[in-house]
Amino acid sequence: MSDLKADASGFSQPAPTPRTGGIAIATAELSGWKVLLVLALCLAAGKILLPVGMIRPPDWMILPFAAWINAVFDFLRYDLGLLSITRTIADGIEWCLDVTGNLLYGRNRWPHLGPIPWSVLAISFAILGYALGGWKLAVLSGGTLVWIAVMGQWRWAMETLSVIVVAAPLSVLIGMVTGVTAWRWSWFERALNPLLNIAQSMPHFAYMIPVVVFIGVGPKAGAVVTIIFSVPPMIRLTLLGLRKVPEEVVEAGKMNGASQWALLTRVRLPTARSELLLGVNQVIMQCLAMVVLASFIGMPGLGQRLLQMLQALRIGPAFEIGITIVLIAITLDRLSKAWATKKPVHHESGTHWMARHRLWLVWAGFASVAWLVAQVIPYLHEVTRSQALSMAPVIDMSVNWFLTLAAPVTEAIRRFLIIWVLIPFRDAILWLPFTAILVAVAALGWALGGRRSALICLAFMIPIAMTGWWDRAMITVYTVLTAVGLAALVSLPLSVWGAGNATRARRMLLVCDTLQTFPSFIYLIPVVMLFGVSDVAVLAAVMVFAGVPLVRYTIEGLNGIEPEVLEAGQMNGTTWWQALRHIRLPLAFPTILIGFNQSAMFALFMVIIAAFIGTQDLGQEMQRALSATDVGKGLTLGFAVAFLGLMADHLLMRWSRNIHERREARS
Amino acid sequence: MSEPAIECCNVWKVFGPNPVAHARTLKQEPSAGSDGHVVAVRDVTLRVKRGEMLVVMGLSGSGKSTLVRCLSRLVDVTDGVIKIDGQDIGSLSERDLIALRREKMGMVFQSFGLLPHRTVLENVAFPLEMRGQSRSARIARAREVLALVGLAEREDYYPRELSGGQQQRVGIARSLAIEPDIWFLDEPFSALDPLIRREMQDEFLRLKQLSDRTIVFITHDFDEALRLADRIAIMKNGAIEQCDTPDRIVLQPATDYVARFTQGIDRARVVHAGALCTPLNGSIVEGAPVASDVTIRALSRRLVAETRALIPVADSQGHIIGSLNRTQALDLLLGEAQ
Ligand SMILES: Nc1ncnc2c1ncn2[C@@H]1O[C@H](COP(=O)(O)OP(=O)(O)OP(=O)(O)O)[C@@H](O)[C@H]1O
Ligand SMILES: [Mg+2]
Repeated sequence: MSDLKADASGFSQPAPTPRTGGIAIATAELSGWKVLLVLALCLAAGKILLPVGMIRPPDWMILPFAAWINAVFDFLRYDLGLLSITRTIADGIEWCLDVTGNLLYGRNRWPHLGPIPWSVLAISFAILGYALGGWKLAVLSGGTLVWIAVMGQWRWAMETLSVIVVAAPLSVLIGMVTGVTAWRWSWFERALNPLLNIAQSMPHFAYMIPVVVFIGVGPKAGAVVTIIFSVPPMIRLTLLGLRKVPEEVVEAGKMNGASQWALLTRVRLPTARSELLLGVNQVIMQCLAMVVLASFIGMPGLGQRLLQMLQALRIGPAFEIGITIVLIAITLDRLSKAWATKKPVHHESGTHWMARHRLWLVWAGFASVAWLVAQVIPYLHEVTRSQALSMAPVIDMSVNWFLTLAAPVTEAIRRFLIIWVLIPFRDAILWLPFTAILVAVAALGWALGGRRSALICLAFMIPIAMTGWWDRAMITVYTVLTAVGLAALVSLPLSVWGAGNATRARRMLLVCDTLQTFPSFIYLIPVVMLFGVSDVAVLAAVMVFAGVPLVRYTIEGLNGIEPEVLEAGQMNGTTWWQALRHIRLPLAFPTILIGFNQSAMFALFMVIIAAFIGTQDLGQEMQRALSATDVGKGLTLGFAVAFLGLMADHLLMRWSRNIHERREARS
Repeated sequence: MSEPAIECCNVWKVFGPNPVAHARTLKQEPSAGSDGHVVAVRDVTLRVKRGEMLVVMGLSGSGKSTLVRCLSRLVDVTDGVIKIDGQDIGSLSERDLIALRREKMGMVFQSFGLLPHRTVLENVAFPLEMRGQSRSARIARAREVLALVGLAEREDYYPRELSGGQQQRVGIARSLAIEPDIWFLDEPFSALDPLIRREMQDEFLRLKQLSDRTIVFITHDFDEALRLADRIAIMKNGAIEQCDTPDRIVLQPATDYVARFTQGIDRARVVHAGALCTPLNGSIVEGAPVASDVTIRALSRRLVAETRALIPVADSQGHIIGSLNRTQALDLLLGEAQ
């Protein structure tokens, strides 16, 4: 997500400042951030001397954002009558959900045809997989459905899929229309860009509360929130794709007499096909991530089951559902990617109709046979609860066995982390006067990106102080910092090892890619299993989730170095360690920073999601706001989280770009 | 028919932050600094007669493609007027422009401009589709021209699956499909092998003779220019240095630049007897005349064997229009002229 953002914002990169007088400016900036840092240290050291208003945001500074937002929403709902409009839209969506619900799991609605026997769907998916990507994909997608059916999770999985089937196409459509509009009218794009930036940094829950207000809870609310959440990447990729269409292709269209509309629909959009399909892939993955989380607002399906099982600490069933979600994620991801990269097939001219449509015929044949057989053998139609092949008891047993075995270790880790890392760090960050933190953040901004960055950082931080949730925000910050820090401790050495050899690197990248397709919710299962419901579990989940992009970008950074540079180093007689320290890591550093950026973003998202297994940060408040459907509070908290994310994004990207620019200037 | 097909008066095309102002400054003070601007077309005035083939030459970056883009209004000119068949295309509405392009214009692009998501056949059928032809008619026509460029077997391929030369031929086929009145060809044969290149040149010459088609042709290849051109325009830094018949470009280069541009070529292959011929002024020359439209190179055998100092030159109707000085012609042939 963040690398897309980087791509998109790359267009508006400011021209490099003229080099004359650069030294003078540099020294001024140097001293500027040092002065700020000293000031921050003084503020911290002299805490006892400070008035209370400088230690915590004073009352006059705190503005009732939540009340204002609530007023706006009330106005929209009742005075503007937006409620009836949104309800109408939601009813339309509900109608679609009824149709897919009926077909997939036999919901008692029009067209009263369903449910389609699971065997028919499994065969259809297998053939779809074969058509898009050959045997492997056929086995993966067919096998996934078989697993779901045999494990007795068909109904929940279909409840989840029935939403995706409705939400994903709608998101793609909305995203494309918005993207085209933004491409066509640059003022619209300028207005849209900051909104997208904020939207992509808002935690999932922040989306849910307004939807609950306008639409209520249940499947249709889940579908709506899924649509809203998954639209932004489609918009960005549509824009990117349209921009990448070669000018000469468009000119060719014009010279051949294409009208504006024909240029758009027959030249530009088809030429942007690969970006659009990548957008489709992202939309589907975002949909899955959100639909699972939408269980918090009463969306039935796999997510809800998982939530219930986790809350009841029933690891076995949770584990099975986790596997199902992971399989679905991998299948959907591979299928949509295969569609995006599919090579066209050629038929000799004069090939028979049957040969051209061979796969369709095969599908029709197999599907009807499966349908008929399913009428005779009920097992192939529907796997009932008693027939389900659940391994939950076995899993529970082995997990318990493992846990008792590992308990000394996990307990030691937990104790160590809580006593020696978490509590001291948290206490320290909460002890600091808020003014000291603000000044320190400004100093950091100044050091990395000059005066402008310092101001931007303050512009993100001061509103957080003004929300009145300062302490909670600091706990979020501390959790994210600790998690990313610990993740870096593990994943940097791991990726250096991984980058050591090409096949190993490729495998690790594949694993990272796969892990990144998993809905974030999944990461909670193993940590709850290991650490129970505690701070450490949250930390571990965030750590794993944040570690993946870090590994990925570090490997890519280390492997992206031109071989000549390394060979030159070898010729100079560097040892492996020297090469790593003086050549490879410094050269890969800008890329690693991008990894840190994504890592921080992911960590923020995860902290908020993990809130329900016990934290005292913004996430916990967000959950409360959600259960009380308090839009004002929810959005205020959402903005606070988004601002933290955007600040981290700004700092890290600025830093990475600075290093790049300095290198370009030098060479 | 006296009206030129393409007429352009003092056309400027400037790229940069403030093109209009920069063009104005340059008009008053031609040596003004660039200030971040690129002057791709500089004060170009040009007329192309109906049925004429104008070849544009010049170094890379001299503004040839941009000039052609101006003529087809793919880019809007910074200053000046361009008329196609007497109609100022700068003032056309979107709708009229589309109509003009559909009815009259065709273009082959330097980097082909193929639609990557369409097969070869669909690419070639695209202009016909835009003109609203029925599916079967346009498929039939597309197959026809694909056979002409020798790509009949590849009709189901996608552009990225073809070699550069094959892609270029698809581009050529696409513009052949509509046989426009006014044709802009931007290095249309640059990626072709010599054999196919020659075939294509012949095809274009044939089409040109078939009806009076106006062609603006960009090339880096002087031989190709000579085969095809009625007139050659030589560009440098966006300005046209000279626009003239091949003979005069070689014999009377307007600037040093043009002279240097044509330095390496074999003049005897360019210059025709008619261009070297001087009026008789009453004197009498005897014997069999040579035709005025034959190159000196083609006359070489005869010139060596000839004994007369002055050889009569006849035009296509057989009238004697002047005489050819044998020594001068031999000098040119042996590369010692001027
Ligand atoms: N869209 C544009 N924006 C800015 N500058 C441009 C643009 N198009 C062309 N130019 C500049 O205009 C000048 C002329 O370019 P043009 O493409 O017309 O050259 P050309 O004569 O066709 O060269 P070639 O033989 O390499 O095709 C070049 O200096 C080029 O950089
Ligand atoms: Mg060109």
